[in-house]
Amino acid sequence: MKVLVTVKEVREVDDEFEIEGTEIPEQYLEYDLNEWDDYAVEEGVQLQEDGVADEVVAATIGPERTEETIRMALAKGADRAVRVWDDALEDVELLDVGAKARILAEVVEEEEPDLVLTGVQAGDDAFGATGVALARKVGYEWAAVVNHLDLDADEGVAHVHRELEGGIDELTDVELPAVLTIQTGINEPRYASLRGIRQAQRKEIAEQSLGDLGLSAADVEGELELTDMYEPETESEATYFEGDAGEQAAQLADLLRDAGVVDA
Amino acid sequence: MILAVAEHRRGELRDVSLELITAGRQLADDVDTALHVAVIGGDVDRFAERLDRDGVDVIHTVDHGEEFNHGVYEQVTVQLVEELDPEYVLTPNSVNGLDFAPAVATKLDLPLVTDAVGLTADDGTLTVNRDMYGSKVETAVGVDADQAVVTIRGGDWAPAEGTADAEVRAFDAEVDESALGSTVTGFEAAAEGDVDISEAEFIVSIGRGIEEEENLPLIEALVEATGATLASSRPIVDNEWLPKNRQVGQSGKVVTPDVYVAIGISGAVQHVAGMKGSDTIVAINTDPNAPIFDIADYGIAGDLFEVVPELIEEFGGEVPDV
Repeated sequence: MKVLVTVKEVREVDDEFEIEGTEIPEQYLEYDLNEWDDYAVEEGVQLQEDGVADEVVAATIGPERTEETIRMALAKGADRAVRVWDDALEDVELLDVGAKARILAEVVEEEEPDLVLTGVQAGDDAFGATGVALARKVGYEWAAVVNHLDLDADEGVAHVHRELEGGIDELTDVELPAVLTIQTGINEPRYASLRGIRQAQRKEIAEQSLGDLGLSAADVEGELELTDMYEPETESEATYFEGDAGEQAAQLADLLRDAGVVDA
Repeated sequence: MILAVAEHRRGELRDVSLELITAGRQLADDVDTALHVAVIGGDVDRFAERLDRDGVDVIHTVDHGEEFNHGVYEQVTVQLVEELDPEYVLTPNSVNGLDFAPAVATKLDLPLVTDAVGLTADDGTLTVNRDMYGSKVETAVGVDADQAVVTIRGGDWAPAEGTADAEVRAFDAEVDESALGSTVTGFEAAAEGDVDISEAEFIVSIGRGIEEEENLPLIEALVEATGATLASSRPIVDNEWLPKNRQVGQSGKVVTPDVYVAIGISGAVQHVAGMKGSDTIVAINTDPNAPIFDIADYGIAGDLFEVVPELIEEFGGEVPDV
């Protein structure tokens, strides 16, 4: 069985930042493997360790800089990677769900995995929809927000738990091939070992352009445009306790005593 | 028209369905059009009665199955869109909403915008407000299309009230059962464990700011000294530092204590959904811009590793060596 894990390098914003137009300037950004995708990678690698998966391939859409991030997936145990990038993508400010699904669909059709794992959402633009859109695009079955996976490769069924709101899991049987969007907490993502990091340097990252995938710039333009970015209106009416830590703690202690929740 | 697809689970309409009506009505007013609501599966006649709120023009009932199945929802919604030709399709930005709305958008080749917190339409252009970067910024996204699918965040619009006199139409959908590749076999509730935090009057809740599991004794000492009930945000449970029954938030418990002290919790929307009903909210966080301060009544912009030991001493507790 072959597993494809789609991963994304996400932008993380510093606590203090500024907005310029519809962007946050580079100096306030850091880049990292998307938290949800980290769990998806772990789930794929565990399937391989359990002898269920023969090969785990990581796929990403991103410029050359993202190789550092995708090497993290390789260092954790993915066998090889595919990175899609194109000059045409440089100019797209907001790559929408449809465009991402169109690109990844071509990768899926080339790789023909039995199972695609992806994070529930990306920490930066947080659409939370690419996995399901991808499944529909390629005609795979799917399940969103999976927090438990029990794969029956012989039967071709994934027994999953979908994490609904309010602490309720939905138990669902999903026919393979399928796309599962993986929720945090499903496993304990490993840290890459030194050996893994060394090995990752020798693993293949195949670069593909839109043309290589049979796509054109028109396929990724999309109908969405980021027209504004601003700091959310803060409705904070909080009273701040001032002073050093001791003074702050004393004021909080008084508050708790006055509220009658602490007797001491 | 605007078509809103309601959500229900285990025999009950979910609150977000009524919020969807409010959002849908506002958008329908912007475009000067009608609001249609669809309810798929379950006791549709009873659901239709509850959905008959101010602003709803037509309710489409689709009597097929009991519980949510994404294949059924996708097929039925696609047929409704083809039959009714709405400008915009709205669904909740819930776990189930995100399990079928992207499939509908893909199938119909429509643009999709998720997790809307604001919607305006003007001259055929839809503008959707939504968060990015863990709610550090909000954005406006313009949708340049005649039709679009939008999922709306729960809790951001007031639930629709009143009673309308909406026309109820039974929609005769054709569901291709052979195309359904997923089967829901049951539901399972997280284990209750030793404590029910939703009953607690005083909660000390810990988040990512605690950094390491080895630092937890600090918070446990505070809990010990104050008699508080210990709870947490999601990452702590994901890391298995605390059991699932301690988790506050959308996928955990909803709590309403007299006092909720959030320590090292940034205040992501999913967490806030579980604790915003607390009488008094106190936040301790190093990041003065953390969204938790937006809903806090009292704030300490400071380092928990400095404040918490002082607080433990205030109540005569012993500060552990972490």
